Amino acid sequence: MSNLPDWLPAAGNPPGIDPQAVVTPTAPEVIARGDNEMVLSMGPQHPSTHGVLQVVLGIDGEEVVRAEPEIGYLHTGIEKSAENLFWNQALTVIDRMDYLGPLTNNFAFCLGVERLLGITDRIPRRAQQLRVLFAEMTRITSHCIWLGTHAIDLGAISPFFYAVDLRENILDLIEAASGARMNPTYLRVGGINGDLPEGWLERLDALIAKFPARMRELRDLLQTNPIWTDREIDVGVISAEDAVAWSLTGPALRASGVAYDLRKAYPYSTYDEYEFDVPTRTEGDSYARFLVRLDEMEEAMRIIRQVRKKLEPGAVMVDDPSIALPPKPAIALSMESLIHHFKLVSEGFRVPAGDVYSAVEGPRGEVGYYIVSNGDNRPWRVRTRPASFYNLQAIKKIATGNLIADVVVMLGSLDPVFGEVDR
Amino acid sequence: MEMSANSLFLAKLDEAARWAQSSSVWPLTMGLACCAIEMMVIPAPQYDISRIGSEVFRSSPRQADLMIVSGRVSHKMAPIVRRLYDQMAEPKWVISMGACASSGGVFDNYAILQGVDQVIPVDVYVPGCPPTPDGLIYAINLIQQQIRTGGRGGILARA
Repeated sequence: MSNLPDWLPAAGNPPGIDPQAVVTPTAPEVIARGDNEMVLSMGPQHPSTHGVLQVVLGIDGEEVVRAEPEIGYLHTGIEKSAENLFWNQALTVIDRMDYLGPLTNNFAFCLGVERLLGITDRIPRRAQQLRVLFAEMTRITSHCIWLGTHAIDLGAISPFFYAVDLRENILDLIEAASGARMNPTYLRVGGINGDLPEGWLERLDALIAKFPARMRELRDLLQTNPIWTDREIDVGVISAEDAVAWSLTGPALRASGVAYDLRKAYPYSTYDEYEFDVPTRTEGDSYARFLVRLDEMEEAMRIIRQVRKKLEPGAVMVDDPSIALPPKPAIALSMESLIHHFKLVSEGFRVPAGDVYSAVEGPRGEVGYYIVSNGDNRPWRVRTRPASFYNLQAIKKIATGNLIADVVVMLGSLDPVFGEVDR
Repeated sequence: MEMSANSLFLAKLDEAARWAQSSSVWPLTMGLACCAIEMMVIPAPQYDISRIGSEVFRSSPRQADLMIVSGRVSHKMAPIVRRLYDQMAEPKWVISMGACASSGGVFDNYAILQGVDQVIPVDVYVPGCPPTPDGLIYAINLIQQQIRTGGRGGILARA
């Protein structure tokens, strides 16, 4: 701890906190029973909570009078684990936070570390374009899973099959490029890990060609289905003021009429070069969130088409031997490259002391990382700003006073991912 | 003679029961983490687990035969996993899906149980982070093989 920069607070307890004070962990608020109130625990093992969420509901007949979300069943200590890993190794655990949008997590973390290193302007164009490409592909796969599971929650099984089919097509491409279907850790600080394999872009072209028809299928299945609209419209309404007050981001915010998208508000990487709209609705109900996400899938494909058109040849890793590994063939031929490779893998690289907050627009909203470095080869602290954690808060507000059957609709429409909520 | 005819009947009945059980291994809907996404897609057309009779995911542990521990088990979740296992009716099987459920995986820290086999008995471990759906289907095949060839199951399953 002695090598901490002066601007960091000294180790120990924050000022004003008595270290001797006995702190008892607070139990989740026990719901007091009123005259007609019944307590119902929904979760943590429940088919419609999208993971391990527990919602303690106080119900009066069919009406929810209180809702207390209880989180933490998937707490993994990822932020702490990241402190013990080299900068590039930390990417692997950061993948596993929002496991439906792993590449956007990587994206935010890499951008932050690159700002600390001061190499943001030196990232090759091709790497930046491919990052955008993969972030948008991840957005589509994430929304596919959301659509499928949300539909299953409401009793429609077939949309899941169509959505998973589309997702598998995209996952095949991600797997071909990165080697893994989920949690690919394809990004690296300074670029991406290896260029695209041969024939990959032709496969992408095939996907681009068949995407509009696939989207039409998905829309036809649900958008005008009377059962779907009856269950979605006017359910879980969040006003624009509430959405801002509860720090909602992503589709949950934009469905309430606030056109805030980090890709437009604070363009990162090469997002300022592409033409795309930010889908916005004003109703703020579950149906609006459904429509916004469907529109977002189409906008994501629009960005992918533009990236495909503009994709430039060239390197995919920054030209800086202190960060980038030497090319694989050189390791077999030169002793210096071998030593260089060994040093980078066994020691990592050092990042100048400082702190940075870097955020990108993930599938669920703002995914941000506050990263503190003390000049070491590991992060000193990584604090996540997960989108789902903030979006999930709204459930307490919107579930109260509504029917118990609608809680599932509201939860599904907020699209929480518990790897990210609990970390 | 009476005895052996009886035994033959029982043996045939046992075989029939094992065939039926192995062809209807119903998993419990219990998603924990990343692996749950890969578990979710196995009923979809690309993998179509109904080919082997396991497409009926049951949300109630009373109706499920197979628990797929899909993902990292935190210390907070472990008692619940155990309780769900206890609530399942015999005979029951457990698949530990992925590195985290099998051994803690990359998360060797204060929050994660270092292997779900510390709280419940596991029949098949599936490696991977996360394993592919094909890997999970193979694990279910192994469970079916166990049932058919003398593992737990058959008419004496409750004994």
